[in-house]
Amino acid sequence: MSTLNELDNTGANRVDLTLIAGMINHNARVLDVGCGDGDLLELLTRTKNVDGRGIELSQEGVNASVTRGLSVIQGDADADLRDYPDDAFDYVILSQTIQATRNPREVLTQMKRIGRRIVVSLPNFGNWRIRLQLLFFGRMPITASLDKKWYDTPNIHLCTVRDFVDLCDELGFHIDDAVSVIGTRAKRVGRPGMIDNLTAETAVLLLSHKK
Amino acid sequence: MNQRQQSPADASAESSAASEGNRVNAVSRVEYFGADAPLALDSGASLSPFQIAFDTYGTLNADKSNVVLICHALTGDQYAASLHPLTGKAGGWWAEMVGPGLPIDTDRFFVICQNVLGSCMGTTGPKDIDPATGKPYGLSFPVITIGDMVRAQAMLIDRLGIKDLFCVIGGSMGGMQTLQWATAFPERVFAAIPIATAARHSAQNIAFHEVGRQAIMADPEWHGGAYLAQGANPSKGLAVARMAAHITYLSEAALHRKFGRNLQNREKVTYGFDADFQIESYLRYQGMSFVDRFDANSYLYITRAMDYFDLAADYGGVLANAFKDTKTRFCVVSFTTDWLFPTSENRQIVHALNAAAANVSFVEIETDKGHDAFLLNEPEMFSTLRGFIDAAATRRGLKA
Repeated sequence: MSTLNELDNTGANRVDLTLIAGMINHNARVLDVGCGDGDLLELLTRTKNVDGRGIELSQEGVNASVTRGLSVIQGDADADLRDYPDDAFDYVILSQTIQATRNPREVLTQMKRIGRRIVVSLPNFGNWRIRLQLLFFGRMPITASLDKKWYDTPNIHLCTVRDFVDLCDELGFHIDDAVSVIGTRAKRVGRPGMIDNLTAETAVLLLSHKK
Repeated sequence: MNQRQQSPADASAESSAASEGNRVNAVSRVEYFGADAPLALDSGASLSPFQIAFDTYGTLNADKSNVVLICHALTGDQYAASLHPLTGKAGGWWAEMVGPGLPIDTDRFFVICQNVLGSCMGTTGPKDIDPATGKPYGLSFPVITIGDMVRAQAMLIDRLGIKDLFCVIGGSMGGMQTLQWATAFPERVFAAIPIATAARHSAQNIAFHEVGRQAIMADPEWHGGAYLAQGANPSKGLAVARMAAHITYLSEAALHRKFGRNLQNREKVTYGFDADFQIESYLRYQGMSFVDRFDANSYLYITRAMDYFDLAADYGGVLANAFKDTKTRFCVVSFTTDWLFPTSENRQIVHALNAAAANVSFVEIETDKGHDAFLLNEPEMFSTLRGFIDAAATRRGLKA
């Protein structure tokens, strides 16, 4: 286990984006599902020379991405992944999006079909702060990464890191790499365990098809 | 080098419009394709001789890698950024898109806009003389397709010694040509921007076209298509066709915003069939001004070409197969209130491109201006297209 030091400033304003970029090989074909304004795609294009594509639900995000010169379409992780042919990409990335999909299991299944490897970053609902907020205040937790009221949040399928690891096992994914993020510090954990489930605010996992 | 015949028009064809107050230095040209270069048509017929009238803007670079081909719509022409010789309208129909420092930057790109086959602004069409009879073609002009138009355009590109196109762009029927270019000549198209278009013409759109054609053919001045020989012009029928079509280019919201139920220069309705409402007056004006610049038979032929367009049909009914292994970068654009080529039709193109794992961007622009939005001032369209074109140019290694 190694502690990654304070992440160097690569221009990304989200720690998990820098971590994801670190998991992607140069010149890869990449699909970023839920790419927002294209921050990650631009980072990957600039630092890894990837052949990058994006899908984004919000029209503002799509138009902002295309204005930046990125190849992005308006679409929906739940509906539009099935268009792509098998093994179309070296990496399919789902960054801070899985909790907002209608059917995360189907989304992951489709990602597995179209990508050789997949990268998922997700907010960990098992983090101790969240547990304590619920325990002591009896209200839906509000944190830096889950900053919306329950009636306002797009996050309809929150899970803990352990829940997610269970689903990975079930769907036949091998966890190649996993990083637990606490604030701006990241810790490589291999396979997330009980402690990571308590401490991680965000988890970033690199998955491949189980042989 | 091929020996080419010069048509009478060609001899004096090259003219610069720069002195006429245009922002862009435009060159108007006509290329003539003689008996040695017949155009094979999808119908099985062959067209020869024929000529193509086109305008160019900007400068071709040394390795001829900076060519942008603009494909015009049904009633458009080659004057994308230049003075229209009949209407006197300066700046062209895409003045806000094409010019120095604009998304299609004439300081950076060599821009070509060709009048399509079958049209009436200098490229061969039904109003021209059939060399077999010495009379205007009229209905003896062969029925043409979008594929034929693009094949003719490719012959011109060959003639100019240009191997491939940096970008092909067009809205509406121009979008159909863009798709046809990208599928018929995938290795010759680096980037393609189909705007407000479809991979096939819908039943509803064929229906609207049929209304327009019937209006023309119902005009007694049409004379079975031989009106030129009779010294006549079915301008009433053509005006009605234009009025009906023009409604499809707008949106209910835009009509309401611009006209509502406002009356035309009067306080109350007249209990008659005069143009009481502003919208009536507007449509009548649109119809009347159109007939001054467009040929009725060209309208029949070009609407027919659009009706016949069905890209998937050439690829076993599966649109994705049309884009198989394509290396072209696509940017599909639609408009929220376009009900002639709605977002759903444009999205079908995107789905097919995804299924082919093609490099595609897709933006839907929010506007109340309907189908015509692609011709109008839409800042978000300009900024997204500028981003796409600049990124593609960088990939292509074109200097800024």
